[in-house]
Amino acid sequence: MEYEKTGVLDSRDLDLPSPGALKRGVAISECIQDIPCNPCVDACPFQAIKMKNLTDIPRIDYDTCTGCGKCVEVCPGLALFVVKVMDSRAQVTLPYEFLPVPRRGDVVHVLDRRGEVRGEGKVFRVKKINGGALITVEVKKDLGLEVRNIGII
Amino acid sequence: MRIQSHPILTFPWEKKITFSFDGKKITGFTEDSIASAIHAAGITTFSHSLRYNRPRGFFCGIGKCSSCLMQVNGIPNVRTCITPIQEGMTIQSQNQTGSPPTAPFRTTTKKKLQTHIVIIGAGPAGMSAGLAAAKQGAHVLLVDENPRLGGQLIKQTHRFFGSKEEQAGIRGIHIAEEFYHQITHTKKIDLLLHTTVIGYYKQKKGHTLIALKRLKSGEELTEIHCDKIIFACGARENMLSFPGNDLPGVYGAGGVQTLMNVYGVKPGSTVLMVGAGNVGLIVSYQLVQAGIHVCRVVEALPTIGGYHVHAAKLRRCNIPIHTSTSIKEALGTEKVTGAVTTRLNEDLSPIKNSEENISCDTICLAVGLTPSTELLMQTGAEMTYLSLAGGYIAVHNREMETTREGIYVAGDLANIEEASTAMLEGKIAGLSTARSLGYGETADEKLEECFKRLEGLRQGSFGKFPREAKRQIQKEWSK
Repeated sequence: MEYEKTGVLDSRDLDLPSPGALKRGVAISECIQDIPCNPCVDACPFQAIKMKNLTDIPRIDYDTCTGCGKCVEVCPGLALFVVKVMDSRAQVTLPYEFLPVPRRGDVVHVLDRRGEVRGEGKVFRVKKINGGALITVEVKKDLGLEVRNIGII
Repeated sequence: MRIQSHPILTFPWEKKITFSFDGKKITGFTEDSIASAIHAAGITTFSHSLRYNRPRGFFCGIGKCSSCLMQVNGIPNVRTCITPIQEGMTIQSQNQTGSPPTAPFRTTTKKKLQTHIVIIGAGPAGMSAGLAAAKQGAHVLLVDENPRLGGQLIKQTHRFFGSKEEQAGIRGIHIAEEFYHQITHTKKIDLLLHTTVIGYYKQKKGHTLIALKRLKSGEELTEIHCDKIIFACGARENMLSFPGNDLPGVYGAGGVQTLMNVYGVKPGSTVLMVGAGNVGLIVSYQLVQAGIHVCRVVEALPTIGGYHVHAAKLRRCNIPIHTSTSIKEALGTEKVTGAVTTRLNEDLSPIKNSEENISCDTICLAVGLTPSTELLMQTGAEMTYLSLAGGYIAVHNREMETTREGIYVAGDLANIEEASTAMLEGKIAGLSTARSLGYGETADEKLEECFKRLEGLRQGSFGKFPREAKRQIQKEWSK
């Protein structure tokens, strides 16, 4: 697998939601290895993440997921994101553990899985969590499945 | 050289302390170790070597190597990385052979202690063992050479994996705080910190340990008699051989983590990370959080060894990871000024003309750990060499007892693994020792639960090596 050499996933490595689910806004898991970890299962208020054994790979039931982002808050691997695709824009909710924490309305760089700047986005929401923040950033529609980090301008 | 702001940590830095290093006046903070205060002042050369007079600096940061030995208030060979700084200290670098002591280094007082269970090492394994045994009713003495409880948890700013029972989702530093709270509120646990166990004697009934407690006025000798001992001494960082690996600026990954996350000191400004296992990946990310540039991560193997999620966190910060690549040489004469990397074939042989010069002032080695079993070996417990487990390991059974009756092991000393498994093994050792002393009314049930959870944590492809290591250890035991 290419990601084992590079550390970069390709969208094809992921089990992606349908366009309908993306329109409502759902969590996307980029946790693709059988590591012993399951806080996302406990955190989900809708039991949308299922796991039998501790080392199972989390699978999200996109019909049940509401995109609330509780799983994004707890994931120790920072491997969960919420993506909502709208008519012309997409909103990506991502965990951010750096300083400074941007504020709502700030314009930031948006970065993909390689850390390459893919343009600018507007911070739509900031939720401070223990030692970090959940940032919801608005990006161009086609970048919803690509943007995974932000950079302060 | 101090970290000014940090997303996870806050550094108090209230009270300043002045001391002298090689005649120079230096200011540090009350929370500093001698080594961290000197490093924070921009001094990275701590001593010069015996034969070739080569500069030497910081390396492991947890008292397990000889890199930071200095003469402190007239006493030579002081491990400055685990010795707190004090106002007015006179510190001299120990060049070549050093000097004989000019001050008495032992107090005349000698203490005797008696307890049921002594636990050596107050990291995740030792603290869990202590709490488990004390809850069953046994008296526990927890000994550690560091001035603080917590072992390596106190520098783990990332959230832990596992399930609720293993405190998944909680940062290591917060798990350490919770342990501290529980242990200091448990009457049956006594603490002996800043104390090094230097000897073991088997008695007809029970065991005797000799320990040195470091006080402001010198060292106090303590003789401890006990029924059972749990060794939870952890591990030490591995070194890699390449020209220039002794230069100041070549640090162990754990040492870098200690400098920045415990003392708020920047190890350097540009770091080359060697090793893409979980430690290399996690420490690289923590360096970025501390505002330090990581120029790249190199990994000799063709694939990243750590969890993908850790690699992904780094990559989306634009930190490159070069697999099939290793360090060939550290550049610099007084300190690291750069490195030469080389690409490797699948068989790890270097590819000709693939060298690359990199500019960096810090080379961080995350190339594995070796169990700290030196003291344990003094007990005569049967050891076996297992490269899978990181080195010599005491043969032990499921209850963590070694071939010497009453001598137990737990954590990294019993196989290099995760903190979550160390905590469970500690709990098992604590319950087993308490039960063997006639305490432990509920131990059987709790032990079964621990065995089940350990098995759960060791499932999957990342659990393959620990599973196999423990299988081989148990096979030795059955012999």
